[in-house]
Amino acid sequence: MLYIFCPHCGMRSQNEFSYGGDATVKRPELNKEVSDKDWDNFVYNRKSLRGKHWELWQHISGCRQWIKVERDTATHEIFNTLKADEEISK
Amino acid sequence: MSQSFRLEHAGLINRDKKISFKFNGKNYQGYEGDTLASALIANGVHLIGRSFKYHRPRGFFGAGVDEPYAIVQLYRNNETEPNVKATEQELFEGLEANSVNCWPSVNFDVGAINNFLKIFLPAGFYYKTFMWPKSFWYKIYEPFIRKAAGLGVASIKHDKERYEHKYEYCDLLIAGSGPSGLASAYAAAKNGARIILAEDKPRFGGSLLTNEVNIGNQSGKDWADSIITELKQMPNVVVKNRSQVFGYYDHNMLVMSEKVSDHLPKTKKFHPKQRLWYIRAKEVLISSGSIERPLVFGNNDTPGVMLSSAAKEYLKVYGVLVGRKPLIFTNNDSGYETAIEFKKNGIDPVILDTRKNPISEIVTEAKNLGINIKFSYVVVAAQGYKKVKSADIASISDDKNYLGKIENIKCDCICVSGFWTPTIHLASQSGNKTKFKKEIDAFIPGVSKQNETTLGAANGVFDLEETLKSSFNAGYEISKKITNNDNRVSIPNSVEKQSTEHDKFWCVPLPKGKHYKRFLDFQNDVAVSDVEIALKEGYRSIEHVKRYTTLGMATDQGKTSNLNGLQLVSNIENKVVPEVGHTTFRPPYTPITIGAIVGREVGKHTKPTRKSPMHTWHEKNNAVFVDAGVWLRPRYYKKGNENLFEASKREAKNVRTNVGVCDVTTLGKIDIKGPDSAEFLNRVYTNAWLKLPVGKARYGVMLREDGIVMDDGTTTRISENHYHMTTTTAQAANVLSHLEYYLQLVWPELRVNVVSSTEQWAGAAIAGPKSRELLQNLFPKVDVSNEGLPFMGYIEGDLFGVNAKIFRISFSGELAYEINVESNNGNFMWEKIIELGKDLNIQPYGTEALSTLRIEMGHVAGSELDGRTIPYDNSLEGLVSKKKDFIGKRSLNRKAFTAENRQKIVGVVPIDKKTSIPEGSHLVKDAKAALPNPKLGYISASCWSVEHDNPFSLAILKDGKNMIGQKLFVMSPLKNKVIPVEIVSSHYVDPKGERVRS
Repeated sequence: MLYIFCPHCGMRSQNEFSYGGDATVKRPELNKEVSDKDWDNFVYNRKSLRGKHWELWQHISGCRQWIKVERDTATHEIFNTLKADEEISK
Repeated sequence: MSQSFRLEHAGLINRDKKISFKFNGKNYQGYEGDTLASALIANGVHLIGRSFKYHRPRGFFGAGVDEPYAIVQLYRNNETEPNVKATEQELFEGLEANSVNCWPSVNFDVGAINNFLKIFLPAGFYYKTFMWPKSFWYKIYEPFIRKAAGLGVASIKHDKERYEHKYEYCDLLIAGSGPSGLASAYAAAKNGARIILAEDKPRFGGSLLTNEVNIGNQSGKDWADSIITELKQMPNVVVKNRSQVFGYYDHNMLVMSEKVSDHLPKTKKFHPKQRLWYIRAKEVLISSGSIERPLVFGNNDTPGVMLSSAAKEYLKVYGVLVGRKPLIFTNNDSGYETAIEFKKNGIDPVILDTRKNPISEIVTEAKNLGINIKFSYVVVAAQGYKKVKSADIASISDDKNYLGKIENIKCDCICVSGFWTPTIHLASQSGNKTKFKKEIDAFIPGVSKQNETTLGAANGVFDLEETLKSSFNAGYEISKKITNNDNRVSIPNSVEKQSTEHDKFWCVPLPKGKHYKRFLDFQNDVAVSDVEIALKEGYRSIEHVKRYTTLGMATDQGKTSNLNGLQLVSNIENKVVPEVGHTTFRPPYTPITIGAIVGREVGKHTKPTRKSPMHTWHEKNNAVFVDAGVWLRPRYYKKGNENLFEASKREAKNVRTNVGVCDVTTLGKIDIKGPDSAEFLNRVYTNAWLKLPVGKARYGVMLREDGIVMDDGTTTRISENHYHMTTTTAQAANVLSHLEYYLQLVWPELRVNVVSSTEQWAGAAIAGPKSRELLQNLFPKVDVSNEGLPFMGYIEGDLFGVNAKIFRISFSGELAYEINVESNNGNFMWEKIIELGKDLNIQPYGTEALSTLRIEMGHVAGSELDGRTIPYDNSLEGLVSKKKDFIGKRSLNRKAFTAENRQKIVGVVPIDKKTSIPEGSHLVKDAKAALPNPKLGYISASCWSVEHDNPFSLAILKDGKNMIGQKLFVMSPLKNKVIPVEIVSSHYVDPKGERVRS
């Protein structure tokens, strides 16, 4: 079971969280033209990465905040966690 | 001859307390502190079961977790448990156990014919033989194999025992309480660290219980006792026996199984049987010790052949002799220790040492005691069927390839020692890439992957002084990192007899003309010849060899067989062991009961049952409940002998003619506040929300980004910046997470807060033509007229001193209201409604009537909003705004979603107006068409229309828009039904919606 640092609550076990997918996907802005391709990429297309991956988790049984977690999908090592409003630096 | 193999004095058992038990129906006695194994051996019982494949007689091989054979069916307090190791099961009064894998009895086993057919049952036998013809598999091969194979029998009764889970955090977890575990635990505890010390056996001390050593001028056992006594008194220490740390998972999470009551005749009241500990440790010290390796020779699976360390343990811990004429077969000094113990207890052992001329203190002591030692000697084969009677022995050449003349000597047990294998399972599970240590012919942990440190024998260190030194230091250094304390305890001096190198020899060659089975894996009947066949047939990877031969599988997981198997593969392949590598060590290290894994989450406890505040009233009024997610809701209220159909029809009809009341507490409710709430709702829902006035409710539909309907419900503007959203019962939690996702990640600039208020409000829907009258009775001072409280209006009122929210909304299609009060006033509200509705012929109605009412009105619910439909499919396209953007809008342009013949909701009526239509049935054009019959749509919900008094269903139908009036067939192959039907509008009752506005 993973041990995840919640920037609001501290170290918590995985069973308090729910997984939310790729954190780098940006929703297209409202009321803007979006091409079919861009929309498909936003809704459906995800890379199944092996290695470092920024992903979303929601601290569902805790503070209910969505957080961004940088995790290695092969080793489960967690390198970094950010609050929802903090930008991922590349 | 009761307990004739029990010594007068030796052992740590409590001789003041005799214990009676039964094995295979026969009564025996043992002592408190015995295991089932030690008590049986004390009684001279060595035949405990039959082997897995050949049904060969099986005795005892080990004395603890290393035991591959002695698996029994245990009976305890009217319950039975399969696959219990007799060497681990502590004796309790009234224990009963039976042999497994034998029929009709362990003494006469029909399956033993396999032993004589063994030439036909080589590696991969099942794969090769039972392939063809294919049709034979289910009817002939599989039932035969299932009957012939397998170990114990699982109980099919409900397990009444309680199992618990516990979550624990600590600075250091120490797995194993041998010298390294005790030393590191003591050093860390004294340095202020919070530690957990776990021991799988009932007694602490590990090898100190059986080895003749001195620590701090006392015996190893006394030193262990004093350390444990002191640790137990420290507030920062948890000491647990009968607790096996069996798995090392991600992020330093370890799982430990504690057997709380298995050693007692009956679980104490309020105690669990077993407890599973999830331990998050900052650092882990693995002091799991080592397991003795067998030597491989002919018939080395005969009962009476066992590990020499086990023989010593039976002697020193239980005061039990495994035999009176022991033969010790060893390639190292450990066998001598066992021999010396026998000698001290008046038994004359014979030692066969594969080495030519070993020189050490232990060997000298054995010589001085006058023990008969034969150097450069091996056991060629054990003789005897159900018990060792003698051994064929021979001298062996220096290159170990040639046997001398074979002699036969009498013996009643053969204690083997092929040196030691470190128990590296936990380190390997942690991700540690193990390395091969040539000096000990075994793998030890390499570079740590997680925060784990392996100490003592588990790390390949067999020297006591070095073990103590490194373990005291590790305990101190690691705890210092965590606590920043600097209290170092002194390392006690230690004395042990000096030993010399072992011999790398492990497998005795077959004498000419003999085809003895030489077993590698005792649990799975894998012999040297099986591995040879696998390699001959081209299997190379050790993982493949394992699966083909079953070497190292099942409950044993190769504890004793692993390294000998690797040795053999490397010998044949002309490789060295590290090149062959070892198979993956997977948790659990030992079998864990399903009960312990499940814990308290059984039956209704898998999820908490949620009940509305009016639940007790429903119960008292003959409600029959149904699970709605985790909620219990009244399905119908039974009157007299009514069945579901009759009751729901009565209840629904009463709503259409008088007034009914339904408990709607379970609806999801979300409180929304903030100046940007209107804008937020406008983005979440498909319809327009910016202009909803205060005191008004609106029905809304929300989509996922892929355009599929996610949920629907009404949201009411309570005040300028305050909204009350309702969701369906099932989607409440998902909708909340969905809203939080957009507020926190996508549009953080919106000043809006959301919080669940489902539990805070109790809700009652009153519906029917007389509901306004009832509302007036409930709120005499409130203007409830059509003008005062119009359709989709909202007001607050005083319900006899209780604040109430009144919504004029309707799911039933009738004139209806929903009243919400704070949860603790729910029952008061309900009883007032019933009381004041009496003269209006009020009746409560359940979910079945609720469904009937909404189906005949064509209102969609979960069975239509099933994660596959878009607004158009549900005839909700009128609620999709063309002017504004919202979640999922862009997806609605997809080609399939805009197709001319897109599926749409319709009504379905059977032509005969009598036959009920099963939900889930398919709609087809031609009932007699060839299969697969092209499906045009499916029935999503069915009811008996109380308005028209005939069956009515909703369906999602291809090109539904143009199908009204068509005649089709409903097919249900499951129920073997074909029903001619007519397609009608989904609004079967009050299509203009006049009643809700009346």
